[in-house]
Amino acid sequence: MIIIGERINGMFKDIAQALKDRNPEPVQEWARKQEQNGAHYLDINVGPSSTEPVEAMKWLVEVTQEASDLPLCLDSTKYDAIEEGLKICKQPAMINSVPAEMPKMERVFAMAAEHNAEVIGLAMNEEGIPKDADSRVGLAAELVATADAFGISPDMLYIDPLVLPCNVAQDHGPEVMRTLREIKLISDPAPKTTVGLSNVSQGTKNRELINRTFAVMAMANGLDSAIADADDDELMAAVAAARIILDMDIYCDSFVDVFKQRNR
Amino acid sequence: MAVEILKEKYRSKVGEVVLGATKDEGGTRSHTITIGGESALPFLHFEGEIPNRPVVAMEIWDITPEWNPCFEQYFGDVYNDPAAWAKKCVDEYGAELIQIRLKGADPDLGDASPEDCAATVKKVLEAVEVPLIVIGCGKSEKDAKIYAPIAEAAAGENLLMGVAELEDYKPVTSACMANNHNVIAQSPIDINICKQLNILISEMSPAMTSRIVIDPTVAALGYGIEYSYSIMERARNGALQGDKMLAMPMIGNAGFEAWRVKESNISEDEQPGWGEQEERGILWEATTAMAYLQSGIDLLVMRHPEALKVIKNNIEDLMKDNSY
Repeated sequence: MIIIGERINGMFKDIAQALKDRNPEPVQEWARKQEQNGAHYLDINVGPSSTEPVEAMKWLVEVTQEASDLPLCLDSTKYDAIEEGLKICKQPAMINSVPAEMPKMERVFAMAAEHNAEVIGLAMNEEGIPKDADSRVGLAAELVATADAFGISPDMLYIDPLVLPCNVAQDHGPEVMRTLREIKLISDPAPKTTVGLSNVSQGTKNRELINRTFAVMAMANGLDSAIADADDDELMAAVAAARIILDMDIYCDSFVDVFKQRNR
Repeated sequence: MAVEILKEKYRSKVGEVVLGATKDEGGTRSHTITIGGESALPFLHFEGEIPNRPVVAMEIWDITPEWNPCFEQYFGDVYNDPAAWAKKCVDEYGAELIQIRLKGADPDLGDASPEDCAATVKKVLEAVEVPLIVIGCGKSEKDAKIYAPIAEAAAGENLLMGVAELEDYKPVTSACMANNHNVIAQSPIDINICKQLNILISEMSPAMTSRIVIDPTVAALGYGIEYSYSIMERARNGALQGDKMLAMPMIGNAGFEAWRVKESNISEDEQPGWGEQEERGILWEATTAMAYLQSGIDLLVMRHPEALKVIKNNIEDLMKDNSY
């Protein structure tokens, strides 16, 4: 499973402070730490409170790339910030994210095509997040069809079925699992899938346990990637073990270390 | 409408290992040999690159071996002289590499000292100009003592040395690390141990990752060849799908295995229905080796000059481009 390391995000105090002071140290430390622990992409988010999102995004991309060669996942609702970030990415990046809404899809898929970027598509629209799997799959199909119109292959798309906290919307869990399975039937090649893993445990006790349990269940249903805390050793170990059980990696005694070091 | 032929696309490829070193590179070989580098399953030239043809080494010992009497006519005059034996294999029989097995170091078979072993290796290096493979006697306590002196004496020659096993990989790996040689990582027909051993060697020194040649242990025809085949198939598929800890070229002792089974050794008098013994042995060795070519072997170690001839022809045929 592809891990998109979530930690370079202005939502976290240390990153917000670093952004304010333009101090690259904390950002670069998290870049290195996440890479070391097996992240495959680094999510870059300037946070909700940034007053100059375009400049902040450019700075975060620059300083992160000084510390890590991992591809980046540019995370913002401000598409200008993403576009400026894409221009300075040293290798093809991922755009996080676009809902199944016009004209947002047009804007995002156009810049994805121009910069050869992958795109996270959210299974939601103006009406919000659907409750059942069928509606989610319908929105996923809209994302696939629109991307196709811009010449973007379905396997450049990561569909996020959108998971809600399990203490708020418990009935969404099985629907998300079914969505993950059915997304794979939309097209050939099939779109990929992703989730914002820690959403499932917002406001709960023992968040890590809920996160990693959700991760392995979702993997068994076809999940390809997750935006997650690469610093969570137990999560990374559970993912490594799930890959063995699903016959995605050949077993060896050091299977957890091998999973973490697969980038190197 | 034209039919679009589906071709498998692989994410990764097998690493390359260079054996031997020329004068310019600090050794004394006339040329080097590169193995590995495949980006498709064996000989599927239409799906990827097979940049280096599989190569064939011949096996010699440092003491007179108790091999089937049919070998007498080929090697009888050189059994007691490893240097002359090696030269004969290269000059007369077309060996592309020499593998010397230092059986004489075995405490029960002469107990040659580490210094004697190193001297023997030196003599063989002087006698031939092809890259050399050096294997211990098989008793790990003794082998642990001979690796370092040999590696030192042959520093610069870029040997392939073995064997490293899961329970005992450090002595030979250290010797190779210190003198820039390559190591054979041997696992007992077990993909999980194969991978784990490669990881452990790489942990000793990341630079060794590109100096490992996998010996998955090959069985002779009729003695579990299908087990070896399936392990090699999994390793190669793993390598092509991006598993770096399986992305190494492979070596197999086809001669050693084929000539220790009864089908190669029982005389025609004992089994009249089985046909002439030597021809049978040659076929047993060649058929065993052919199966391993199809399983992805990069370096075959053989014994009988006639079997070697058959296999070299077979490799020529298999390397003909079949891409479309």
